[in-house]
Amino acid sequence: VNLTLYTTTAVILLDGDGNRILSKYYGGTGRNVYPSAKVQKTFEKGLFEKTRRANGEIILYDNHVILYRNNIDVFFYVVGSAEENELILSSILNAFYEAVSSILRQQVEKRAILDNLDLVVLALDETIDDGIALETDASVIVSRVSRPRTDTTDIPITEQTLIQAYQTAKERFAERVFKGV
Amino acid sequence: MNVSKKDEDSGNLGIFYHLDKTTVLQEARVFNESPIIPRKCRLLLTKIIYLLYLGEPLGTKEATELFFSVTKLFQSKDIALRQMVYLVIKELSTIAEDVIMVTSSLMKDMQPKSEVIYRANAIRALCKIIDASMLPSVERFLKAAIIDKTPSISSAALVSSYHLFPAGKDVIRRWANEVHEAINSKPASLVGSASSYLTSFSTGASSYATQPSTSNINQYHALGLLYLIRQHDRMAVTKVIQQLAGGGRGGFGSSSNVLRNPFSYCLLIRYAAKILDEDPNSRQQMYELLEAWLRHKSDIVNFEAAKAICHIKDVTAKELYPAINGKFVFLSSPKPTQRFAAIRTLNKLAMTHPTAVQPCNLDMENLITDQNRSVATFAITTLLKTGNEASVDRLMKQITGFMSEISDEFKVIVVDAIRSLCLKFPSKQAVMLNFLSGVLRDEGGYEFKRAVVEAIFDLVKFIPECKEAALAHLCEFIEDCEFTKLSVRVLHLLGVEGPKTATPTKYIRYIYNRVILENSIVRAAAVSSLAKFGVSVGDVEVKKSIKVLLTRCLDDNDDEVRDRATLYLKLLEDEAGAEKYVKDDSTYSLSALEEQLVQYVSTLEATEKPFDLSAIPKITKAQAEAENTRPRSIDLNTTSQTLGSVSATITPHVVNTSISTASRDVTTPTPTGLVQQHSYAPKLAAIPEFASYGELFTSSNKPIELTESETEYVVSCVKHIFKEHIIFQFNITNTLNDTLLENASVVMQPEPDDVSLEEVLVLPAPKLAYDQPASAYVVYKRINPEEYVLGSFSNTLKYIVKEFDPTTGKAEEQGYEDEYQAFQVEDIDLLAGDYVLPTYLSDFITAWDQLGEDGQVVETFALTAMSSLQDACTKLISLLGMSDVENTATPQYTSLHTLLLSGTFLGGIKVLAKSRMTYAPSSGVTMELKVRSQDIEISRFMIGAIA
Repeated sequence: VNLTLYTTTAVILLDGDGNRILSKYYGGTGRNVYPSAKVQKTFEKGLFEKTRRANGEIILYDNHVILYRNNIDVFFYVVGSAEENELILSSILNAFYEAVSSILRQQVEKRAILDNLDLVVLALDETIDDGIALETDASVIVSRVSRPRTDTTDIPITEQTLIQAYQTAKERFAERVFKGV
Repeated sequence: MNVSKKDEDSGNLGIFYHLDKTTVLQEARVFNESPIIPRKCRLLLTKIIYLLYLGEPLGTKEATELFFSVTKLFQSKDIALRQMVYLVIKELSTIAEDVIMVTSSLMKDMQPKSEVIYRANAIRALCKIIDASMLPSVERFLKAAIIDKTPSISSAALVSSYHLFPAGKDVIRRWANEVHEAINSKPASLVGSASSYLTSFSTGASSYATQPSTSNINQYHALGLLYLIRQHDRMAVTKVIQQLAGGGRGGFGSSSNVLRNPFSYCLLIRYAAKILDEDPNSRQQMYELLEAWLRHKSDIVNFEAAKAICHIKDVTAKELYPAINGKFVFLSSPKPTQRFAAIRTLNKLAMTHPTAVQPCNLDMENLITDQNRSVATFAITTLLKTGNEASVDRLMKQITGFMSEISDEFKVIVVDAIRSLCLKFPSKQAVMLNFLSGVLRDEGGYEFKRAVVEAIFDLVKFIPECKEAALAHLCEFIEDCEFTKLSVRVLHLLGVEGPKTATPTKYIRYIYNRVILENSIVRAAAVSSLAKFGVSVGDVEVKKSIKVLLTRCLDDNDDEVRDRATLYLKLLEDEAGAEKYVKDDSTYSLSALEEQLVQYVSTLEATEKPFDLSAIPKITKAQAEAENTRPRSIDLNTTSQTLGSVSATITPHVVNTSISTASRDVTTPTPTGLVQQHSYAPKLAAIPEFASYGELFTSSNKPIELTESETEYVVSCVKHIFKEHIIFQFNITNTLNDTLLENASVVMQPEPDDVSLEEVLVLPAPKLAYDQPASAYVVYKRINPEEYVLGSFSNTLKYIVKEFDPTTGKAEEQGYEDEYQAFQVEDIDLLAGDYVLPTYLSDFITAWDQLGEDGQVVETFALTAMSSLQDACTKLISLLGMSDVENTATPQYTSLHTLLLSGTFLGGIKVLAKSRMTYAPSSGVTMELKVRSQDIEISRFMIGAIA
């Protein structure tokens, strides 16, 4: 029986073809059951084959309990040891998935994840800390992920005015076309 | 504005699709630019993380350089950038060197005055880069952070301390009070809003007001850490459990409970289950807690409690009842995970307590067709374990429809379950066989087909009624089998079993078809199989046709096939040869052979002579199989009886040794013990003087050393028990290279001088050269066969010494002629256990109940000298000479244990013993020993062995 706080072996995101979007295996030397990139890839490949068509949400694979959820072209996996309480893993997966879903405004798909990768990796970091579940409340996870500021200081004044000028010109043009019709 | 925004975004798009490590490392120069552009830097940091998460390898040097350029970004005050910096620092900290250098920057950020949003990140990153030696310098901050009112900060500190604990035990142990306080913290919803109000007030226009957590997960982290600190103090853990368990039954969910996080209850349940397992005294109390948690409002908690109860080592049906009752609900849950969790636990439980799981059978049958394959497979295998004979037909029907849909891996599980079911309900063999032959025709990989073929082999072996039908199915299978290995095995089986059937001719056609159609390996196997028909079938016509068929094989284009055909054609003419080479299926004991070969290779002198194969004991096929299948028969529980009936057909002598070797294998796993066992019987049989004593009943487990290993002559003794005789075999080794002993014998003197034993024979060892062990024998006869004599013997070695010149290798003609030397060795005891043959038993309870109380003797002993239960078990096993069963030789608890023993007393009387023992440091081991046998006198005698 697992008397420690370490519940999660890995979190894996694969795309619709089974390619890695991102994978995080926890535990340094000793705790990590998949120490090299090669064994990780083999594990992910086999796991994807087993789960791509099945519409379950849990599977026993390679002596691990794995909870998974998929949407369009993304598969989310949370990997735990075989003896772990399935419902604990399930609530970890759900917390992370809901958080990502909320960050991406319910558009959970590969492109959206890659476009907002900074937010997604921070969300993962706020969900699990080296195998320990850090937070299971999706709204807390979301609130702890900082978004880059679109602060004006970053964009040089000149550039900004140019954009504005272009914008105004375009609006005027559109208005005129509209009226002309 | 919209358009421009989109343009800008699409510029970023695809950036992560083709990412290259070298480019990213080059781009890292951006970090050195001033002023820092946060947005750009954050994007680059994300790229680094992405590379790492994709599994791109990063060298130590690269990582170190990257790490230190990243630390430059601490100059920027941008919150969003800072959070990403922490993540990168954490990820790089395991690869880069000298990461400890940035400690001071991080320490600044974890001060209470810094921004709340990344203070938690700072703490977690800091603890990744420091080592145990720096722990005291951050101790103050971490202690403060643990009790911080903001849950995320408290959690960060607790989790980080948890990671650091193995390295910094001594420091972190001192924080127990703070950790305790964190567990007892107020609900976050109350303080959370207050603190976020405070932060927004103090930092002015901070836009990051953290959402108040409703999960209270910091309690889980605190409890985990507290357990790490206190884990070796059972009293303290018990106290924690009691404090946190809440106000007793029905008190859950009320606001008075300290714990509000479901995960932390799971931890509590695991701790309680551990204590329950380790300390029998707390069982009642802990069980009540577990039972109460079954009604917790959170599914996670009540499932964990149910699971814990199912996993209690010696759980009773009554204790299981409420837990299994609770799982009913889960089995029909709409969530696959809950169904999976429930069925998996039940599946495991069904192995040990099938009857307890039976009430769930109906619910489980609905799961057979579950969308989730794992759930379905678990449901089927569980049902096969718990189902009764009547439900088998229905179950098999359901599985048949289901098999085509599942993957090979699961099919193997199903086939294995059916295989054990066949043996459990032999009357259902027709249904099973139909099923197996059906799936044999399906598509499938090697592992799956192998499982099916082996299952059918088992049917052939153990259920005679279905032999013909099963063989017919196998014949059909090899007609179209793509796996050479399986074809060969089937052909072999046909060769062994086919000739025994009523119409052997019908198999010959199938076998000969293989000779025409298959590859050379299968052809060779088919030729051997045909030859077996030719030799074993009495019918002259069959013999004739086999000869014709074999003659045709002489033209085969493969050497091996031709050779076999030639050999077998010759053997068909030669009855004696056929007897020896075709019918005789005995083989060398492989373990003994291995042992001998290792010895042969490792000793230099031995290699001068060719290896002596005749010294290796031969065992029959059935014995070899008995040894191979024994571990499996323990699982299946039922095969052992059928196995027994198989070995019973061999001569009684062989049965004895086979059982004793098998069971000794359990008690003494050393290969030498096994080999010695094999060699005794033939060795003794070779001595003509012993021929009249009958069959050897049992020999002592291992030789008893009668001297120190460094004396001139090393003597050990083995006791052999025959029906009326006892042979003491003395193995003597001469360790002096300049002497030669002649006529060495052992003089035994019974003490007290017992009249019930009569010395009938003394057989000296004629010659004892240096380092060449020889044996001397002393035989006693028990005058009254009804009386099993016990006693002690003093022993003296007597011999004639001759000088020996090691250089010439010649002994002096004149030694100390006729002058016997005496050499005192230690005493030998004849014990009750010597009359017992340890026999393995797979189902102790049934055998125990069958013997009944008529032949039972009970006695209680106080063994004050014993220092542990393990000691007592080992001693008891050796005193009684019996075999432990059901793995009870090793106590699970330190204070309470039940040892089960089984053996056969001289004359074939079954003896069983059950010993309940307790241990307390003050009084030693107290033991109640119950012995049952068919003869109460024997039970009394066995009890008498303990004194």
